[in-house]
Amino acid sequence: MARWRYYSSNKQTRAIPRIEPRLAILSVFVALVLAVVTVRLYYLQIIRHKEFVELADRNRIRINRLPALRGLVFDARHRPLVDTRPSFDAVIVPEDVRNFKQTVARLEGLLGQDNITEKLAQAEDDGRPPFDPVTVDEHLGWEQVVALETHQLQLPGVSLEVMPQRHYIYGPLAAHLLGYVGEVAEADLRRHQGDYRMGDEIGKFGLERVFENQLRGEAGGQEIEVDSVGRRLKLLREIPETPGRSVVLSLDLDLQQTAEKAMGGWSGALVALDPNTGFILAMVSHPTFDPNVFANGITAAEWRTLTTDPSHPLANRAISGTYPPGSTFKLIDAIAGLEDHTLTPETTYFCPGGMYYGNREYHCWRKQGHGTLSVHRAIVGSCDVFFYQVGIHLGIDRLAQWARMMGLGEKSGIDLDNERPGVMPSSLWKEKRFRQRWYPAETLSVAIGQGYVNATPLQMAMVAAEIANGGTRYKPQFVKEEEALDGSVVKRFPPIVEQRLPIDPTVLDIVRSAMCDVVASPSGTGHAVHLDNVAVCGKTGTAQVVKEAGNARIPEDKEPLKYRDHGWFIAYAPSDHPQIAIAAVIEHGGHGGSSAGPVVKQVLQKFFELHPPPGSKPATAPASPAPAPNAPPELPPDGSVAERGD
Amino acid sequence: MALDRRLVYHFDWTLFMMTLGLAGVGLLSVLSASWGSTRHGLDPLVVRQLVWIGVGTALMTGAAFFDYRALATYAYPFYALTVGLLAAVMVAGHVTGGSRRWLNLGVLRLEPSEVAKLALVLVMVRYLREEPPRGGWNFRQMIVPAILLGVPMALVLKQPDLGTGIILVLVTATLVFAGGLNGRVLLVALLAGALAAPAGWHYLKPYQKQRLVSFLNPQSDPLGAGYHIIQSEIAIGAGGAWGKGFLKGTQARLNFLPEQTTDFIFSVFAEEFGFAGSMLLMALYVGLIARGLWIARHARDRFGQLLCVGLTAIVFWQVAINIGMASGVLPVVGIPLPLVSYGGSSLIAMMSAMGIMIGVNTRRYLF
Repeated sequence: MARWRYYSSNKQTRAIPRIEPRLAILSVFVALVLAVVTVRLYYLQIIRHKEFVELADRNRIRINRLPALRGLVFDARHRPLVDTRPSFDAVIVPEDVRNFKQTVARLEGLLGQDNITEKLAQAEDDGRPPFDPVTVDEHLGWEQVVALETHQLQLPGVSLEVMPQRHYIYGPLAAHLLGYVGEVAEADLRRHQGDYRMGDEIGKFGLERVFENQLRGEAGGQEIEVDSVGRRLKLLREIPETPGRSVVLSLDLDLQQTAEKAMGGWSGALVALDPNTGFILAMVSHPTFDPNVFANGITAAEWRTLTTDPSHPLANRAISGTYPPGSTFKLIDAIAGLEDHTLTPETTYFCPGGMYYGNREYHCWRKQGHGTLSVHRAIVGSCDVFFYQVGIHLGIDRLAQWARMMGLGEKSGIDLDNERPGVMPSSLWKEKRFRQRWYPAETLSVAIGQGYVNATPLQMAMVAAEIANGGTRYKPQFVKEEEALDGSVVKRFPPIVEQRLPIDPTVLDIVRSAMCDVVASPSGTGHAVHLDNVAVCGKTGTAQVVKEAGNARIPEDKEPLKYRDHGWFIAYAPSDHPQIAIAAVIEHGGHGGSSAGPVVKQVLQKFFELHPPPGSKPATAPASPAPAPNAPPELPPDGSVAERGD
Repeated sequence: MALDRRLVYHFDWTLFMMTLGLAGVGLLSVLSASWGSTRHGLDPLVVRQLVWIGVGTALMTGAAFFDYRALATYAYPFYALTVGLLAAVMVAGHVTGGSRRWLNLGVLRLEPSEVAKLALVLVMVRYLREEPPRGGWNFRQMIVPAILLGVPMALVLKQPDLGTGIILVLVTATLVFAGGLNGRVLLVALLAGALAAPAGWHYLKPYQKQRLVSFLNPQSDPLGAGYHIIQSEIAIGAGGAWGKGFLKGTQARLNFLPEQTTDFIFSVFAEEFGFAGSMLLMALYVGLIARGLWIARHARDRFGQLLCVGLTAIVFWQVAINIGMASGVLPVVGIPLPLVSYGGSSLIAMMSAMGIMIGVNTRRYLF
């Protein structure tokens, strides 16, 4: 303290501060401050350099993406089914518009729109700079395009933008197989992180979806330098797009067109495939839709109409429609029974028109009965009682084992979404599903393709193909080749054998010859499908629709449509060297021979017109038009039993 | 005044060349900053800057041969003139960017606040050249400097020009410290300053507060107030070790940098010439400041010594704050980078100041 007082009180002894020492202090201070600045610069320019370069580039580079040309889709004979066409959008660059009111009024007049002002106001609210084009109308019609072109001079700032648009050349043809594209949804953006941008198109359904990666190609783009307000200044780099691959289908346009037409106004499905490869020749699902509606940018109202339509036009019935196979299932009974030796070619049963099992009567569809018959006549006449017996002797589990082997109850593995496996019941299945044991009486229903069993048209077409080709189960495919833009084949799809079924050729021969008689014999249930120049083998089926109690006794042709039975027909031809296998189902078409039969017949006729069978004249006179599928059933209906064959 | 041969013989070429070097860097940077994306060619800005460098060189040379001791005589009139000009700005000033800073004098636009820095140093040094009493300057002797500072300060803050205001305070503080402020007074002043700082928040304009907030957290408003800091850091950082090359800086060319010819000129330079360029520029400034302090150390009289301290302080504080701001260690405040930023008033004032220091250095051989 004394020392402090000494300094503070005695002014005389205190020194006059000199400048030099203080300059030294200042120098140190200056050095420290500038050192801090230097360290900071080192940190920014050396340590964090990379990060800032990226930020600077992100500031100045905008990427203008140019979507790749989507691959085309061709039929088996290389005729385009799907291509991409220019679509015209009207855009306005607000900056270039001289008289706003006048331009908007004119444009609204030409386009028949009244919300252009709103769209421009919205763009402005979103902070879009005035030199950024605003799309005011998309997918202009031809007349609108012409109108805009001719009035170009009176519409400064308005221009047409050409965008590629997916075009389904034949509209609804094979719509369920081809599928459709649409604008990426947020879920798509999340799933394919970074691959897609808002506004890109993406396959949403069918082939377009499953082969998205092949069809899409890789977007190119332009790196454009922009300034701080986003004005485009110069092109820095152009990344060329890689066009998508085209896809060649096994589908035959002519056959598909015939099948679509033959199906007419009925709901149902048809699958035709090559039994020797598993490639699909035609696939129809009705009712259908026009995928171009999606490419045009589907409106909410259009979408609602499609999704709420009670006939479900968007569902691909060929793979996701499951129907009781009805009497077509008897082919499986026969194969299983013969392989299992519980049935022999000589086994006969007597059909009096029905039989008792347990304490209940099970009818044959033919009230007067079939008399005593063996397996051949049982198939030809589609006797229910005979196959009740086959089922009883086989038991459900051995029947199920063969049916599953032939493809029922599981997905075929076709490259399409939403395929359903159908149901092939067994005692284990019932235990799992209902926690109940299997009642032997239920086997009777299954044996005639009713009850729990149901199958897709594709599965039944596969069954026909397996019988035709000697027991090979192929994976059904519809894409033969992938092509590059120049037409060179990039990838070929060979047939894929799923399983060689252990079926004795003699067993198959029995079934085949019966199937041939189904069509060839004038008394056969499928005689309607008979062709003059080709031996067709087939089997009819009528699938019971669950009816309301009390309605069961109304004659079939007076029943409301929704209670009528589904008609099946499965076939292959020619009998000796099968080239085509078909399954068709007509919803509520009644008896299979009269509803699905004529449809199959038309397709077969067309097929053999295109591929004349050896030994026949290439161009025979067109066969007389097949009877319309809605003709009254040939055979008397019988709605009195829960299970019905035909 | 006869021209002494010794004035030529002992002319301080080091300081002269460093000054011209910095002015050259400035010219390049202004050229680069004004090199538009669309118009390629010399911007009138560059031509004007070149003319001012010419005028400035002439004034610097003139000032070097002028006997600095005579400046003491002109200190108060010059100060009065400057305060008058600042007052005139209030009445008839030209408004740019929300501030009234310019005085339109027909052929040239004068920014009196640049001149005010010089005038304040002169008048401060004129007052402080008296030897301090034993123990150093006390509160009582500090009343006059406080008034001398307060008048131009009030006028400058009114513009509003916070940057110049801060420089005026810091330069005055430096001079008072060097001139011999009593240690206890210094301590009390520092404490008072620290306590007054929060109170000062009250007097800041909203945009100034906004800048301070965004300095503390630039991401709080990246497109608003923080934008300038972020873009400036990007420019500097993107320069890397060797820079993007002359006229190749994208941040400036595409206008991502704010005030790129004036307050953020350093970022333009750093982007194009990298860390190497930044270090060269820093070396020039360190050289200039060291030279200024060296001259102060060796000047023959107290007036000359303090004069050099004051003029060097103007350079130092502006460099530190400007680069500190551009690189994000200090909040954004409008202060030019001496000798480099575009602007005639600042350039001419700074070159004249360098001339005065050359004069001080040269004349230590004369008496």
